[in-house]
Amino acid sequence: MEEKINVTLKVWRQTSPNEPGFFEIIEANDISTDASFLEMLDVVNERLLDIDREPIAFESDCREGICGTCGLMINGQAHGPEKATATCQLHMRTFKNGDNIIIEPWRADAFPIIKDLVVDRSPFDEIIESGGYISVNSGAAAEANQIPVPKEVADTAFDAAACIGCGACVAACPNSAAQLFTAAKIQHLNLLPQGQAERYNRAESMIEKMEEFFGTCTNHGECESACPKEISIDFIAWTNRDFIKSKLRNPKKANYK
Amino acid sequence: MQKVSAEQKIKTRKEKLKKTRFRIKLPWPLSIYQTYVGKKWVMALTGIGLLGFVLVHMIGNFHLYEGPTQTHEYAELLRDLGGHLVPRTLILWLLRIGLIAAFALHIHSAYSLSKRNVITNSQYRGGRKYVVANYASRTMRWTGPIIGLYLIYHLADLTWGHFNPDYVRGDPYHNVVASLSSIPVAALYIFANIALALHIFHGTWSIFQSLGINSPRFNPYRQALAGIFALVIFAGNISFPIFVQSGVIDDRGDSIFETQPPGNSES
Repeated sequence: MEEKINVTLKVWRQTSPNEPGFFEIIEANDISTDASFLEMLDVVNERLLDIDREPIAFESDCREGICGTCGLMINGQAHGPEKATATCQLHMRTFKNGDNIIIEPWRADAFPIIKDLVVDRSPFDEIIESGGYISVNSGAAAEANQIPVPKEVADTAFDAAACIGCGACVAACPNSAAQLFTAAKIQHLNLLPQGQAERYNRAESMIEKMEEFFGTCTNHGECESACPKEISIDFIAWTNRDFIKSKLRNPKKANYK
Repeated sequence: MQKVSAEQKIKTRKEKLKKTRFRIKLPWPLSIYQTYVGKKWVMALTGIGLLGFVLVHMIGNFHLYEGPTQTHEYAELLRDLGGHLVPRTLILWLLRIGLIAAFALHIHSAYSLSKRNVITNSQYRGGRKYVVANYASRTMRWTGPIIGLYLIYHLADLTWGHFNPDYVRGDPYHNVVASLSSIPVAALYIFANIALALHIFHGTWSIFQSLGINSPRFNPYRQALAGIFALVIFAGNISFPIFVQSGVIDDRGDSIFETQPPGNSES
């Protein structure tokens, strides 16, 4: 049943990366409980435009929880209170009539705020880049079933590959560490037979790139609980093991750069 | 224009973050310690050593329940480790040097990792909710220094005898009873052990993650093991001030040196 609720938004407004930001209190009345959180912000923005005010800048793309573009700190929790849910999949029925909702952008030193709720997550791209890529034509992909992969391994690698790179792990981490993101990106390749050739190189270069931007893991587990894809911190442990193994291995045998 | 300025900002931040890292790459294996994951690894390995020490220290202290003579014999046993094959107290000193090194590395890695995390973290202006981070994990930065400061006091009190007018060198039973029979000292001892138990609880679990000891077979037991270990250390250690205060362990009015010459009791 659709209901209409009134909520009070406390939204972070910031005009540019170098301006100091502030909280603006906006009344959002008559919001359908069927609306998603981003649809609610759309409605609020339409109303702000109607009265000639600057709408709230926020990022979104697919709005079905698979692209990782959206991401807001809602009431002090990354992607809001719902478990395994991206901001776009969070619905207003999670909130009650008269609720106060605090909306903040991801905060980390490596994620500077571009405007309002939009942050620059390009350090993530640099981490992925440092894992290695090929820019020459290497022909068509080999037939997938040529290499046998045990079901359990494939499942576990897929759990890691589910990472959408939204940045909630960094946002939720009290140290702004990107361990869960980096571990997921490393392990979805390191677990598979196809990824073995560069396994240790990858772990080492991606971790070292990550350490240029982010904090360090203190094993709180906040990232795991904030992750919209429920990626486990087990991947962090395995990545730590790969990294240290890489450091202790014979560099010639480890295909060392 | 907005985009350019954000790129500029990230570049300056990158420079700033890079400045906090080492400029000279040290040779292997010291280069491992220059990475943060490597520091966590060192922290976990030294943590294992320190946990071992805490456990053995507590078990050794149970000799207090046997009485002054047995406690003294245990202390002498530690000095005579290695029998007559090695000079007296050599093994003990080697263990002590190892312990001091473990403490130094543990503290230095904790300091540099915390420093890094203070730089990279930005605070939420509207507050934040912790979902799974527990009290122990969030207070590691506080329980650590509390234990460190207490450790200095503990050594000054029972090893160097600075705070205790009744201190008798080489008579641990008498010194422990003389110190812990004072209520403030006993309270401080219990307070420090609360900090130690919290630190051990998160630390023990954290060791598994930092070293990558992770398997679905035993993952559920890791937190339980940490809890039990912390509880055992806590219960064992606070039993001493409690039993001294309640009179179960008392001085019995005689120093062991009245029946037994002190001999060569260097440290």
